[in-house]
Amino acid sequence: MKRRIGTARLGLPLLLLLGGCDNWQSALEARGASAISLKHLIILIVAVCSVIWMLVMIAMIHALWRRRTAWRAPLDLVPPRERRLGWIVSICTGLTAVIILGFTVASFFTTRDISVAGQDDLTIRIGGLQWWWSVEYLDPDPSAGFVSANEIHIPTGRNVRLLLQGDDVIHSFWVPSLAGKQDLIPGRTNEITIRAERPGAYRGQCAEFCGLQHAHMGFLVTADTPEDFARWARAQRAPAANSADDEEIAAGRDVFMRKPCAGCHSIRGTQATGTSGPDLTHLASRAFIAAGLLPTSRGALAAWVADPQTLKPGNNMPLVPLTPDELRAMSAYLASLK
Amino acid sequence: MTDTIRRAQILDTELKRPELTSQLEETWKTERGLWGALSTVDHKIIGRRYITTAFVFLLLGGVLAMLIRLQLAGPEGRLIGPDRYNQIFTMHGANMMFLFAVPVMEAMGVYLVPLMVGTRNIAFPRLNAFSYWMFLAGGLVLWISFALDMGPDVGWFAYVPLSGPQYAPGKRADIWAQMITFTEVAALAVAVEIVVTVFKQRAPGMSLDRIPLFVWAMLVTSFVVIMAMPAIMVASTSLILDRLVGTHFFNPAEGGDVLLWQHLFWFFGHPEVYIIFIPAVGMVSTLVATFSRRPVFGYLPLVVALIGTGILAFGLWVHHMFTTGLPRLGESFFTASSMAIAIPSGVQIFCWIATLWEGRPVFKTPLLFVIGFIVTFVIGGLTGVMVASVPFDTQVHDTYFVVAHFHYVLIGGAVFPLLGAVYYWFPKFTGRMMSERLGRWAFWLIFTGFHATFFPMHILGLEGMPRRVYTYQPDLPWHGLNLFASASAIILAAGFFVFFIDVVMSARSGNPAGDNPWDAPTLEWATSSPPPAYNFAQIPVVSSANPLWEQPGALNVANGLHTDRREVVVTTITTAEPQARESSPQNCIWPLWTAIATSVMLVWSIFSPWAVVWGSIPIAITLIGWFWPKGTPEDEA
Amino acid sequence: MKERVVLDLSKLPLHALGPASVTWWGTLGFMLIEGTGFALVIAVYLYLMSLAPIWPLNAQPPNLLAGTVMTVVLIASVVPNIMLSRWAEHQDLRKVRIGMVVMSVLGIVPLIIRVFEFATLNIKWDSNAYGSVVWTLLGLHTTHIITDLIDTLVLTALMFTRHGDNLRRYGDVQDNAMYWNFVVAAWLPIYGCIYWLARI
Ligand code: HEA
Ligand code: HEA
Ligand code: HEC
Ligand code: CUA
Ligand SMILES: [Cu+2]
Repeated sequence: MKRRIGTARLGLPLLLLLGGCDNWQSALEARGASAISLKHLIILIVAVCSVIWMLVMIAMIHALWRRRTAWRAPLDLVPPRERRLGWIVSICTGLTAVIILGFTVASFFTTRDISVAGQDDLTIRIGGLQWWWSVEYLDPDPSAGFVSANEIHIPTGRNVRLLLQGDDVIHSFWVPSLAGKQDLIPGRTNEITIRAERPGAYRGQCAEFCGLQHAHMGFLVTADTPEDFARWARAQRAPAANSADDEEIAAGRDVFMRKPCAGCHSIRGTQATGTSGPDLTHLASRAFIAAGLLPTSRGALAAWVADPQTLKPGNNMPLVPLTPDELRAMSAYLASLK
Repeated sequence: MTDTIRRAQILDTELKRPELTSQLEETWKTERGLWGALSTVDHKIIGRRYITTAFVFLLLGGVLAMLIRLQLAGPEGRLIGPDRYNQIFTMHGANMMFLFAVPVMEAMGVYLVPLMVGTRNIAFPRLNAFSYWMFLAGGLVLWISFALDMGPDVGWFAYVPLSGPQYAPGKRADIWAQMITFTEVAALAVAVEIVVTVFKQRAPGMSLDRIPLFVWAMLVTSFVVIMAMPAIMVASTSLILDRLVGTHFFNPAEGGDVLLWQHLFWFFGHPEVYIIFIPAVGMVSTLVATFSRRPVFGYLPLVVALIGTGILAFGLWVHHMFTTGLPRLGESFFTASSMAIAIPSGVQIFCWIATLWEGRPVFKTPLLFVIGFIVTFVIGGLTGVMVASVPFDTQVHDTYFVVAHFHYVLIGGAVFPLLGAVYYWFPKFTGRMMSERLGRWAFWLIFTGFHATFFPMHILGLEGMPRRVYTYQPDLPWHGLNLFASASAIILAAGFFVFFIDVVMSARSGNPAGDNPWDAPTLEWATSSPPPAYNFAQIPVVSSANPLWEQPGALNVANGLHTDRREVVVTTITTAEPQARESSPQNCIWPLWTAIATSVMLVWSIFSPWAVVWGSIPIAITLIGWFWPKGTPEDEA
Repeated sequence: MKERVVLDLSKLPLHALGPASVTWWGTLGFMLIEGTGFALVIAVYLYLMSLAPIWPLNAQPPNLLAGTVMTVVLIASVVPNIMLSRWAEHQDLRKVRIGMVVMSVLGIVPLIIRVFEFATLNIKWDSNAYGSVVWTLLGLHTTHIITDLIDTLVLTALMFTRHGDNLRRYGDVQDNAMYWNFVVAAWLPIYGCIYWLARI
């Protein structure tokens, strides 16, 4: 399962769909260091438990079939047999204690394993909001930091530290193929370290019930080679593309700034600086819009802006009435925000 | 009010048998008609009512479950929108936990415990009546608000801030919190009644080591209720205060804390699941003994396991919060304690298998459910041990894996024994047998339907499907298993359908049962089926844990009680030496009025804090009516 | 089923007192429930305190006077309460009547002091989480005083009727006295919490 991200980002979702049956959001398809350790632990515990279950079933079935007879008067107990049974029950109980001790120890070491992953190379602040993710690349040099949404790029082979903060209610950050989940809790900051060994795209989804659109609060973690990542980061740091020569796009930008859009969304390099919606500076460079709802395309953008409440009922973006022309211009503009 | 205070005069020793029973009948009877039904304090009538109501809630909750399965059968389901879906799964969970599982177990205790310990009524019978009315009112409040589109939509554990003033406008979250208050008041009342019944009203001679295991289980459960439910009362009250009068318990901006809610909720919520489970294992121990035709193996270890489970239950709550980022050392502790509970559970499983091993199993329907229980519960318990491991849990927490775990333990671990218990005790409740043929059908449909519905959910969870999603996208490979689960749920529902049909038909025209159709050893079978209003014409005297197997066909009894006042025997806690002849209250309408007054106050208080002030006045008046002596022999010594 | 009489209970008393009685255990059960409730609210207090950078949060600690007077009055009330319980045990109707009246008064006095306590907490319930938990603690305890007071008043009235001179009523008086002791005992940790933890 190698999903190289080519230059044609918009083709990615399609590729993934055609990619066949393997799952890019599964604890069983472990691709990150910690998910791999977890998968080993899962397999170990499930295997041992399956054996235990089988033994219990064998004992029970044997007990049931040992002496089948018709209804009869209550039996008298035979003391030596009872004593022997007592021994067997005690031994089984002892074994139970030993096994759970083993499980506890194994869990402890797995936890240690996945937490001591060396030093961190990159820190990203993830904010959970109803129902999208804000992604802020922190850099010791503040001017080198930048903001994005719903899609996290990480360099392969590096430890990436995520600072998780719930900005309204509790959400939970979960990319099963890379790591276990961790909650984003208002008033607290949690941390999790992820690391991907190979380039690829991994889907994640909010795991803590957070209201109406909890089901559509997905995101993407894209692991790039360090070189690709550096290139990507450079592009993200730049302000939004300014295709002033294209009339339609210019018209779209005009509509965007005139309408309430700019009050909620930021587009760096323009006067749009709202923060209650996702940053749109490089919207079209992302594979999906609206937290994993639709693959990015001009048509999808138009559909979204035309009626966000039908596509994602209850989400926090209102329907802003636009004329067909405005909508066409708007979608051209949005699609130009590479 | 009568002019003179009447006193009890007639002793049962002075009466011949027919006179005795007719006198007792006169003293203990419930009047016919509506008034009698509303004012009765007979634990059997109330227990039966309680059980029936709880099963109605099972049916309603099951219908919601089928809606869930219908919606999730395919990707991008359009049947139910997110708003309705959130109400539906919240209602399903809250209804199943608070209106079905806990009450039905308490209700079985209300009916059976007094009979099994050989007394004539539960302790505090009026409180018992009150408890039922509160339970009913709580259920009505919840379902009526659901019908009015005001049903709670915040999940059965209503995490803040989602349920707080800022993110849950309207009254939905308040309805949830207040429904909690209703059902907790009801459950706490029953818990106190059962503790006192078991402590003080056991038949003479029923020392601690002769208490039937189901009674032990109800005793432990009641203590767990008493210690755990206050936590949810504190939690839901603070939530309502935050929402109604602007306190800041859960508001991090003003020094409150979001996780405080989770600690409070799960300090209750974890014991809650054992409140459901412990009575069920009590039923299993009872059934295993009767259908193995021998006393259960390991009475003492089983009692210790019950008590151990009850105590351990309070040390595990954090295992529901493994992904909230608590300190690692603490997490290891809670891993260890959660897994440790496998030991008492294991001991019980081993003892039951040992009982079957050295017994002569008789494959009647109740035993089938016990076997189904062992098969299923062990899987559920083992997945419980899996999620108790912190690292494991970070992958499956809040996914369908957990949904699978808890349905395995709730349905496999509690509903299977419950259904077995219904087949077993139905003859006692109604005087009629249930159908073996339909019983087998019900069992096999439920058993296969259950596993086919819920086993795939383990895989779905590992494949990344979160719980509480109203739909999922087609590009995620979950639709096959979901469709399979949904289709299987139809088999499961068909099984329950057969069960309900069997209950209704057998209640009308089942074969007459006789006193003790299973040749079972405990005291409830020493009286007629259904038992008379006074339970026992003469109070049994016990000299072993299995009194009816001790000397078949004969029963030691005591006499010297009055027949013209409701009288029960009070005995000592450990050895059950008789201490006194205590009166037991007469039928009374005031518990109903009190419940109505309390309900009005509670519902009103969702809308205004002043309700607590003004609404308390009618409650006080009704309580005075309840406790003011009426001059009957029961009210005076 | 053949029944064989092996035990004669006709010599047993018609009502049991103290730990032999059913109501005594019921009262104990409810005390356990409410005690757990108090303990949990105190735990909430400690939990919030452990999270807060400063405590009390943006407020002066409550003034000591009213709360301390309250403590003294409550502790003092235990003496007549225990005497009342003893009189009830001896079934001395006249003294029990006097004791009940005294205890009714001793139930009203704390309510008056409580008004001053609320007034001198130096914080409102809706100011911050500290205020919320302090008001809740004090409010919870107040409801216990009120319920016990109503109970006492009704029982006092009963003792002056023809139902008064009766073993059951004396038992009720004892249980009521036990419950008042519980209300007093529950106050002490709350007092420590509200008035002294806020000062260290
Ligand atoms: C009847 C109810 C019931 C019962 C009995 C149990 C039993 C157990 N449960 Fe479960 N649980 C729930 C109901 C129940 N649970 C519910 C409702 C939830 C979800 C709430 C929600 O989020 O909505 C939940 C969630 C839940 C979680 C949180 C998961 C999460 O949210 O991520 C955890 C974590 O530790 C857990 C653990 C356990 C354990 C260790 C047991 C143990 O008691 C199991 C012990 C039994 C056995 C182990 C089997 C028998 C033993 C043997 C045959 C001996 C041999 C065994 C070994 C050697 C291991 N449960
Ligand atoms: C004892 C408790 C109990 C019981 C018995 C059940 C029974 C069932 N439960 Fe549920 N369940 C919970 C407790 C329980 N559940 C809890 C606590 C939650 C968590 C809620 C939350 O997240 O907040 C949950 C959540 C839950 C979910 C997850 C929802 C989500 O996360 O989005 C699902 C999904 O499949 C589900 C399914 C079912 C099914 C199919 C049944 C079936 O077993 C039901 C079968 C019964 C019937 C169907 C009724 C009888 C049938 C008839 C009379 C026939 C006629 C009727 C029809 C044909 C409709 N349950
Ligand atoms: C009241 C605030 C608000 C206004 C006004 C608003 N939006 Fe949004 N917008 C949001 C929010 C919140 C989201 C995230 C929705 C979600 O995914 O749940 C969003 C999402 C989007 C997205 C998808 C972003 C992504 O990263 O996937 C686009 C594109 C968008 N808005 C464009 C617009 C345009 C164009 C307008 C004006 C016509 C507009 N918005 C007006 C709040 C707003
Ligand atoms: Cu955010 Cu679920
Ligand atoms: Cu638990």
